[in-house]
Amino acid sequence: MLHFPGLEPPPSDPLADSARRSDVDEWGRSERWRRAARRLGSFYYHTWFRVEWEGLANIPTSGGALLVANHAGALPSDAPMIMQGIEEELGRPVYGLADNFFRTIPAIGTGWSRTGGVPAHPDNALRILRDHEQLALVFPEGTKGPSKLAAERYRLRRFGRGGFVETAMRAGVPVVPIAVIGAEESMPILFRLPTAAKLLKLPYLPVTANHLLLGPLLGSVVYLPAKFRFRVLEPVRFDVPAGLAKYPRGRIMDESEAIRLQLQDAIYEMLSQRRSVWFG
Amino acid sequence: MGRRILLTGLDTFWGGRVAAALERDPEVEMLLGMGTGAPSVLLERTEYVRADSSYSLLARIVQATQVDTIVHTFLVVDSSSMSGRALHEINVIGTMNLLAAAGAANSSVRQVVVKSSSVVYGTHPSDPAWFTEETPRSRPPRSRLERSLTEVESYVRDFADENPEVTVTLLRFANVLGKEITTPISRNLARGLMPCIAGFDPMIQFVAEEDVVRCLETVVLQSIGGTHNVSGDGKIPVSEMARIAGVWRLPISPVFTRQAAAPLIRLGWLDLPSELENLLRYGRGIDTTRLKAAGFEFSTSSAGAVERHAEVMRLGRAIGGQIAPYRYDAEVEAFFKHSPAVVRPSEG
Repeated sequence: MLHFPGLEPPPSDPLADSARRSDVDEWGRSERWRRAARRLGSFYYHTWFRVEWEGLANIPTSGGALLVANHAGALPSDAPMIMQGIEEELGRPVYGLADNFFRTIPAIGTGWSRTGGVPAHPDNALRILRDHEQLALVFPEGTKGPSKLAAERYRLRRFGRGGFVETAMRAGVPVVPIAVIGAEESMPILFRLPTAAKLLKLPYLPVTANHLLLGPLLGSVVYLPAKFRFRVLEPVRFDVPAGLAKYPRGRIMDESEAIRLQLQDAIYEMLSQRRSVWFG
Repeated sequence: MGRRILLTGLDTFWGGRVAAALERDPEVEMLLGMGTGAPSVLLERTEYVRADSSYSLLARIVQATQVDTIVHTFLVVDSSSMSGRALHEINVIGTMNLLAAAGAANSSVRQVVVKSSSVVYGTHPSDPAWFTEETPRSRPPRSRLERSLTEVESYVRDFADENPEVTVTLLRFANVLGKEITTPISRNLARGLMPCIAGFDPMIQFVAEEDVVRCLETVVLQSIGGTHNVSGDGKIPVSEMARIAGVWRLPISPVFTRQAAAPLIRLGWLDLPSELENLLRYGRGIDTTRLKAAGFEFSTSSAGAVERHAEVMRLGRAIGGQIAPYRYDAEVEAFFKHSPAVVRPSEG
């Protein structure tokens, strides 16, 4: 620390050495909210979806890693379950990177942020992975994943423009793919209402099987009790120097596509072994 | 030879405070303040010259006084305080004249310091949690204030490119809180309320006014160039800020927010310029790593700035209002500065 001659030293303030006053950290996460969410999540995790993991050892127990998974269900249930599972099984918090659309919804946006969600922005991901050495979870399909119809279930959409690969390269962390089975059936979309969605400024407005069974209100929040299975694949490491400003576009697209195909294969394999949607 | 400094906006809060800080420094040989009105703080040796708001007089003053540093504090960052046209005149045209004077042929100016605001980053749901000095805005500016500050900054950058021998410092400040400055937020707090958008509790940042003054003083005296974010450490949720300040939160509808707030603004019960409304929806964080690496130490964090402000508010309530402000009197000032009757120890 430099000292400036001729300038007054900053007045010492005993309260000022910590930047925090409550349990809300600089990302907007609150331990109190997260505890409450974990209690609710625990019910869904153990009783409702009866989540089972394969290859949990592939998730690093220390250091940053970018988790990528397939995304499904009109109101995606996979993100909270992955976050819940890793926190329960490994004791590591997961920063779920969500579409910025979340931030625009009153109450939901704040709740998502307090319980551990972070707006998906390359800078945010880089900070979490490189500076804080934490786990970040992204769904490279974006909203194209959860908005697909039940008829197209388990067929991975395009992985954006491979931004997640570039972020992992820049942060110098591995990508850990997670194949998710069950989320598709927890809230399957029968058809979409594109005109109404545009009017309401929503990314998509689905009509789900849950709506038909439970009505428009309950059907929007209650999931069908499908059996969830997560398979963690081998971490993908890129032998490129971290921290570069640019990486070859072709390489990024190739790596992204390779990860997509790997996930797709794992999903098909898991589906071929599944006997029942509800009991696994 | 000491520094010869020209300061704009002497009559504004920042100009006055920075002048008071700079004139204490023995390295500063001459300090000249420009303002559209009389200075609002007691100044010992700062010379004062009255100017119109767009500073058309500036080129002649720079030429005549041979200043080596211009500190531009006269940028309006609160759109509720004046009309859009006046804002444009002061921010854009004022800065243009100032930079033209500084960049004139055989100009003596070697450093230009411009006090901007983190408002230039805008506020949008797709913003990153932290803006570094290089992070671009997520969307083009829409409000008048943001447009004018963005224009000002582009002029400053052009000036820096064209005049590589001049140290150009651009400071972007977060929301300032303190005992003397009045901002839309502090006006709301003084009414005992903090507006918020119902359902949103974003993370926002503050910087204590002492740190702002000290920062401006530091970059001038240490000749620190470049663009720097200036804010206290950390961020705090609006709800927590209201709790620390001991005020009620006033929730405003998340849809048709402007229409819902308009009657209250018209009645003078609420201050909610559009840049504050956006901030209360999505918040903003600016990364101050670069300024700290340059050696600046903040005296307090974002939350600390709110706490200090809360103490000032409690004191204000206890003693009932403010201490009478300083009144500038040209004849008295001229007497103290120039009369042979006054014994001045610094001379000779």
